[in-house]
Amino acid sequence: PHALVFLEHRQGVIDSGSLSALTAAEQLGGQVSALITGGEDHVRDLVLKAKKLKGLTSVLHSSSPQYVNPLPETLSPLLESLLSKSSSFTHVVSATSSLAKSVLPRVAAKLDVPAVSEVTSLSHDTSSNSTTFTRPIYAGNAIATVRAPASIPVKFFTVRSTAFSPAQLQEGSEAEVVAVNPVQVNEPVTEHIKTTIAKSDRPDLGVATRVVSGGRALKNAETFEATLYPLADALGAAVGASRAAVDAGYADNSLQVGQTGKVVAPELYMALGISGAIQHLAGMKDSKLIVAINKDPDAPIFQVADVGLVADLFEVVPELVKKLKT
Amino acid sequence: MRPSPARLLNILVPVKRAVDYAVKIRVNPQKTGIDTNVKHSMNPFDEIAVEEAVRLRERLKTHVKSIKAITIGPPKSLDTLRTALAMGADAAVHVQHGEEGSAGPEPLSVAKTFKAWMEKQKEGNKIDMVILGKQAIDDDLGVTGQMLAGLLGWSQATFASKVEVDVEKKQALVTREIDGGSEELRCSLPVVITTDLRLNEPRYASLPNIMKAKKKPVETISPADLGLDYTPQLELLKVEEPPKRVGGGKVGSVDELVEKLKEAGITAV
Repeated sequence: PHALVFLEHRQGVIDSGSLSALTAAEQLGGQVSALITGGEDHVRDLVLKAKKLKGLTSVLHSSSPQYVNPLPETLSPLLESLLSKSSSFTHVVSATSSLAKSVLPRVAAKLDVPAVSEVTSLSHDTSSNSTTFTRPIYAGNAIATVRAPASIPVKFFTVRSTAFSPAQLQEGSEAEVVAVNPVQVNEPVTEHIKTTIAKSDRPDLGVATRVVSGGRALKNAETFEATLYPLADALGAAVGASRAAVDAGYADNSLQVGQTGKVVAPELYMALGISGAIQHLAGMKDSKLIVAINKDPDAPIFQVADVGLVADLFEVVPELVKKLKT
Repeated sequence: MRPSPARLLNILVPVKRAVDYAVKIRVNPQKTGIDTNVKHSMNPFDEIAVEEAVRLRERLKTHVKSIKAITIGPPKSLDTLRTALAMGADAAVHVQHGEEGSAGPEPLSVAKTFKAWMEKQKEGNKIDMVILGKQAIDDDLGVTGQMLAGLLGWSQATFASKVEVDVEKKQALVTREIDGGSEELRCSLPVVITTDLRLNEPRYASLPNIMKAKKKPVETISPADLGLDYTPQLELLKVEEPPKRVGGGKVGSVDELVEKLKEAGITAV
């Protein structure tokens, strides 16, 4: 097999999810190439870093002003040309990021092949040229095992980053570097206007080892902040939220944990005032230690929590912050 | 030169009948799928798509010529189309396929179905905008909209949280949710838009509208009518219960909680 990994980056830093995708690609047991796209300056620096990643056979890179703010409409033609009939690629792999989720299925459809989303494990059988994947369905309440047989010439899949550890840099590794001409799209049908990234000094939710999440019981945006943030800061944790808390405007969209938000699996997940709807559990139940604080002793969150405390969070969270600090 | 006639929009809203979001699903004993003898309803993201189409008409008035809902599935999928009609769609298309409880077509086949149907529409009824859910809450794949946009070569805006349409300029201004924030795009029509949670809050159909929906036209066709067969490319080997997480541990005080955290090596930074 020969996998092409779509390596994403932001501000010159390779995304952790892409490094997990690299690990998944390596498990196929063949060659692994990474594709880096973007503006010229960023790409040049990123290639120097990426070629030292463990397990990489080659780094393909393509720069164009059109790739600075990447859009599926401008990236797809590049991928299609890389995956044209004469190519040796058998798999296309990426993180389950908002960009890759937008681009990969578009390209797969053009090649008349399926795309398998949010893979949590895989194995490739070289003799039959088939790849078997597991992936959660029904908000993680069932696990499906699917096989992509040899009849699918290029197998597309996105990787759930919590299921694969990120690939590391390796001293002495030196992947081959290959420049690829960009595929210019004349008069693209879609124009990027602006990107707004919610700024935070706390760790990124997707990669944090500790997460403190709040639910509707936090009452409003002010109490959410006043109650949760001191605890998150004491623990050096990222802040998360249930859908109810996001919908009620207590927290930003990008902090939502669950079936349709972020899927996290940190060392510590603290659920404060979160009842534990199945859609929320889907996003955090693989966490190592789950702590729940809730007034309602029957809240379903307690069924998955390793440590539960039935209490009014407005009373106990400040006490917890104080005692953690002493 | 004569002035060009006013632009009229035709909107297509693909909808899927799925196991209701509140149902606790159970894997069947044969491990071939789940017990489907449970409550079904319209995929929640598709409800948001129908709502958005109806709101666009409320804003753009007569500029929206038609809102059509389309689904693929067994006879019972008609219920889902009726829901879309009761919410405000004008007409519906039922691509009848499969038995109750059988697996539906793969997303690529679904996208091909919509494309084939759209290509059969006559001048004046050509679809300018497809709005559909970003994912179905059963298979959680989230790829159909992107595949359709790819097959058609159209502009695409996934995970939309805000949609504005300028009919004269034939453009849609879409805000979409991305990792860590949001992004704004200007899409030339025709466009495929997939809906995220916070795009809108779908309405409940009123009883009079539910009654009216029963009289709205539903066209029933088969995949063969569109020249398609639904042989899957992937093989589903099995469906299993996820490993059970054993929780239920309780402590009685903050001191005990701090103790448990310390045992796990977790202290303040």
